[in-house]
Amino acid sequence: MIKVEHLVKSYGTHYALSDVSFEIAEGEVVGFLGPNGAGKSTTMNILTGCLSSNSGTVTVNGADILKNPAEAKRQIGYLPEQPPLYTDMTVEEYLGFVYDLKRCTLAKKEHIAEVCEVVRIADVRRRLIRNLSKGYRQRVGIAQALIGNPPVIIFDEPTVGLDPKQIIEVRNLLRTLGKKHTVILSTHILPEVQAICDRLLIISEGRIVADRSTDELTRVIRDSRRWRLKVAGPEREVLGVLRGIPGVLRAEPQADREGGEVSTFSFESAAGTDVRADIFYALAERKWPVYGLEAVGTDLEDVFLQLVEHGGELPTEKTARRRK
Amino acid sequence: MRSYFTTPIGYVFAAIFLSLSAAVFCYTTLYALSADTSTYFTAMLVAFVVLLPLLTMKTLSEERKMRTEQLLLSSPVSLSGMVVAKFLAAFTVFFGCILLSSLNFIILYTHAEPNTATILGNLLALILVGMAFLAIGIFVSSLTESQLAASVITVAILLVLMIISFANSLISVSWLRFLLSGLSVFSRFQNFANGIFDVASLVYYLSLTAVFLFLTVRVYDRRRYA
Repeated sequence: MIKVEHLVKSYGTHYALSDVSFEIAEGEVVGFLGPNGAGKSTTMNILTGCLSSNSGTVTVNGADILKNPAEAKRQIGYLPEQPPLYTDMTVEEYLGFVYDLKRCTLAKKEHIAEVCEVVRIADVRRRLIRNLSKGYRQRVGIAQALIGNPPVIIFDEPTVGLDPKQIIEVRNLLRTLGKKHTVILSTHILPEVQAICDRLLIISEGRIVADRSTDELTRVIRDSRRWRLKVAGPEREVLGVLRGIPGVLRAEPQADREGGEVSTFSFESAAGTDVRADIFYALAERKWPVYGLEAVGTDLEDVFLQLVEHGGELPTEKTARRRK
Repeated sequence: MRSYFTTPIGYVFAAIFLSLSAAVFCYTTLYALSADTSTYFTAMLVAFVVLLPLLTMKTLSEERKMRTEQLLLSSPVSLSGMVVAKFLAAFTVFFGCILLSSLNFIILYTHAEPNTATILGNLLALILVGMAFLAIGIFVSSLTESQLAASVITVAILLVLMIISFANSLISVSWLRFLLSGLSVFSRFQNFANGIFDVASLVYYLSLTAVFLFLTVRVYDRRRYA
């Protein structure tokens, strides 16, 4: 559906993208993940024809974005980082304008009404965009991308700046859209990717460092063997005991917010072992009650750092141990 | 692109334009008890220098500032289509105002017998000059994000174009004079003002318009590559 080959983009001597290639099949929901300034927005702008690349090609459904821009752009609905709204139009006027701009052939009134229904802005249709709240504006932006029913939808950080309830709504919406469209979505929020995407492209310093399915990533997170332990006992001695238990790796004391007798530790467990029982009995023996023991999920930063560190390979037993 | 009339700017422009033209008309013809319209047209031309940049100042700079240009750039519309549409939008408002202000002449016809050829020539010249000015304004607007900067710079450029023709008479180097009068927007105007249909000038104004619209497209094209 979308084929990107050897994309290079430089601003003067600074390379925003250096040799980015990937392919996205029809119906896939792909997450673009990366820290700020990694080149996510640049890639999206090139995909949609807002920017041109120094070299490399982008083809959307067989149409080259440079050689046949009208055809390629017709396939895409794009929501940039900042929704491109004319604030002095009403929602209805604006969507009508976008409709004309995209030269749609669907029945105008019905189509706009339908889109409004999908993103749930039907109740503000006659209001000026200027007077809408940020969440509604974002939704109008999404509506704009959906006008004309393009097969490919590209969203640049669609949930930034929304309140938690709206974020959930937008995610649900994206999931629904993913059933019928090819969706590309950029974000730096891990749960978002987990919730919506089938596949993940991790981009860092203008290069794709990993191209993985979300399942693989989820597995890494689920298999996380990091734990947080709270014990009412003298810190140094507890640490000694912890380190003495076989299978406990990298036990470290952590800054404690509770104060008093309670100290907090973090540690990792070796693969294939369950150290929880051992810890409990070892501490109980010395009459240091366990106040809490919980698994700490690997967060995006960790996964990301690991991926970058290991050149895009997910950590294996060997590498994990070497890091010890 | 069709936002002139969803915002006050279109109405404000029309109001200023029409009242100004009416006032100038009163002073130059009715008050002076003359059926000679040349002063009126020259005054209107000078007014254009300040008025037309108002129409074009926000055409592209505002799009850039509000990031709405991304919508336009990612839609299946070519760059030249976009720029020409902007131009036509501004031109439509301008043309409407010219038509409305032409109603002034009805008064003149009821009281005197003005030279119809002169009036038509002048109107045509006014429209042509307006086209060129609008194109220049749109070009400047594409260079900046600020409406204010766009309008000020456009006024400055138009002023320079006007001064050229006045400075021309002070210059004694003949080839320079020739060059300047060729470039001057206003000396070209005189032919039309005298009721002469000058094809060279017609071509001059139209190509001036085309060149600046083309440059605007280039600005966008270049920025995509920048």
